[in-house]
Amino acid sequence: MNPILLAIVILGAIALASALVLYVASRRFAVKVDERIDRVAEVLPQANCGGCGFPGCSAFAEACVKAADGGSLEGRLCPVGGQPVMDKVAGILGMQAGAAVARVAVVRCNGTCEARPRVAEFDGVQSCRVQQMTGRGETGCVYGCLGCGDCVAACRFGAIRMNPATGLPEVDEDKCTACGACVKACPRGIIELRPKGPKGRRMVVLCNSKDKGAVARKACANACIGCGKCVKVCDKFVAITLENSLAYIDPEKCKLCRKCEEACPTGAIHSFNFPVKPIKKEE
Amino acid sequence: MKTFSKGGVHPDENKLSASSAIREAGLPKQAVFSMFQHIGAPAKPVVAKGDEVKVGTLLAEAGGFVSAPVYSSVSGKVSKIDHVLDASGTCRQAVIVDVEGDEWEESIDRSPALVRMEDRPELDAPAIVQKVKEAGIVGMGGATFPCHVKLTPPPGCKAEYVIINAVECEPYLTADHRLMLEHPDEILVGVQLIMKAVGVSKAFIGIERNKPDAIRLMTERAQAIDSRIKVMPLQMKYPQGGEKQLIEAVIGREVPAPPAIPINVGAVVQNVGTAFAIYQAVMKNKPLIDRVITVTGKQLARPSNLLARLGTPFSQLIDECGGLPENTGKVIGGGPMMGKALLSLDVPMTKGSSGLLLMTKEEARRAEPQACIRCAKCVSVCPMGLEPYLLAKLSGKADWEGAEKNDITSCLECGCCQFTCPSHRPLLDHMRVGKSTVMGIIRARNAR
Repeated sequence: MNPILLAIVILGAIALASALVLYVASRRFAVKVDERIDRVAEVLPQANCGGCGFPGCSAFAEACVKAADGGSLEGRLCPVGGQPVMDKVAGILGMQAGAAVARVAVVRCNGTCEARPRVAEFDGVQSCRVQQMTGRGETGCVYGCLGCGDCVAACRFGAIRMNPATGLPEVDEDKCTACGACVKACPRGIIELRPKGPKGRRMVVLCNSKDKGAVARKACANACIGCGKCVKVCDKFVAITLENSLAYIDPEKCKLCRKCEEACPTGAIHSFNFPVKPIKKEE
Repeated sequence: MKTFSKGGVHPDENKLSASSAIREAGLPKQAVFSMFQHIGAPAKPVVAKGDEVKVGTLLAEAGGFVSAPVYSSVSGKVSKIDHVLDASGTCRQAVIVDVEGDEWEESIDRSPALVRMEDRPELDAPAIVQKVKEAGIVGMGGATFPCHVKLTPPPGCKAEYVIINAVECEPYLTADHRLMLEHPDEILVGVQLIMKAVGVSKAFIGIERNKPDAIRLMTERAQAIDSRIKVMPLQMKYPQGGEKQLIEAVIGREVPAPPAIPINVGAVVQNVGTAFAIYQAVMKNKPLIDRVITVTGKQLARPSNLLARLGTPFSQLIDECGGLPENTGKVIGGGPMMGKALLSLDVPMTKGSSGLLLMTKEEARRAEPQACIRCAKCVSVCPMGLEPYLLAKLSGKADWEGAEKNDITSCLECGCCQFTCPSHRPLLDHMRVGKSTVMGIIRARNAR
């Protein structure tokens, strides 16, 4: 036989046999991938920020599909995409999306340069994490912002920047996706994710100091001194609790009456996004 | 001359106060006794506001096995029990005593007469350990590890040698040096007590050869008091005062990586100040209420070694040595290599305060860090054989797994790497962060 022909026949036979093996294997050992996962992943922002609590968007998509099979999407939220994206995800999965509460990162420290004098100088590595572990910060407050901007570096959305005038980080509410990266980056746990509130209005205690009143006040003029006046004026809604000389406003209970802001002697309580002239609402 | 094998540096000694005899510091107006003067569980106060206390009255009992009681070093009235700033910059529980007069508990023997081992033949090992435990003695070199724990070898371990750390390799510090020159006999009896407590018959006192007078005197006195105690002159190299480095230098044994401890190679290491405190506790019934502290600095009028009561504010000690110089940039608690800069001078002196160093603004300024030039000097000086450049990088990038794999937990935080780095890189800052983070991760993992 012609050797060329022979080679073609033999190779052809091997190819056929291999194809057969591959075909059988692909049928027999096929891994069933839920196609919904890919479709859900497509509508996600692909920022892979981890803000949802899952490692990346595809893992979140998988979790959503599983949750849908379980009957409810409650508790699954892509903080970056927010409600519109979750509605799309719910549409793909034929479910009703849980109502997402839009949240935003809040820096709970108002120890500006004037209010909180520097008592020491930290000349080590300019990183909050290093400063927290090797020193105790440059001011008398051991709970307040260290000001090296670890949160700024952690934000993938460019939503935080340091204000050179105050020495504190500022959150751009429009850019903040509430992914929580800054919350993790802050070694003092100053940043909190709070509900944005109706029309973005919210009341926050801008202090993290658990020191007793006199100590806190000595370190920072804007500190919460734990006097409890805000708790008293909020007797109707009981939204404010006082623990370790630090007031905390429960955003779920707060009715935005702004009485606490007026009552606070140090100005530690701040209102966000209210009209410039305070509206006195009688409730 | 013996020394340890791996790494090490030799910074300028600057022992400015070496020739100044120990003098007693004045009594403070108010003494502050932190409940966190040792490693381990905090002490628990047993006094209340308004209580009258004398010198040597128990203020707080030990909060666990690895803990130590705290005694009053002054007489007066307890003004309050509150949270105050301590040398580490944290607010911690402390007993504050307003000083009135100087009345001592009657049980304390204040006579200078030497009590020898032969005078107290009834003392056995458990009695000594018990006494040390009650007296609240901790490692006086600065580590402040409760002393009785070290004197109680874990089951299965047998001590063979007692090694007394009289190296004082930190620049500037001279407290141990002066103590040896002025109280050699007491120290040697203290060493005898340690030997008896752990049941060994061989002891070495490691002294660096930059203290020839101490070597001569201690050798002489050791021959007279107990010939089983040998003085071992050592080559000058930092960090020879590190426990592991000292063991290797003196008996040539290497302590394996954690969790191994010195007793696993048969060594019990105690600081020379601790030996002195043990002597006072056991033979004189005096709890740990004072210690020798070096107050020094190039601009300071009178660099001195002070015998100061615990709880005295640092500011007072500085005043006794001529006051705070104008261009002070940093005040460091401890020596220049391992000490920490203080945030405030109002913090009180504690059991672990071995020195107070005043640096001028020029000395204290840190040089601008440059890029790593891969010279590997940090690797060659690391006494633990680590790779500081790598660990600092891993820690800076928060790669805790990588840092753990490269043995960051073995780091002594001696600072040789940063001292030697020609690019002035902040290696130790990153390594400290990495070490404590990795230790935290390991603790959490073990707890699970």
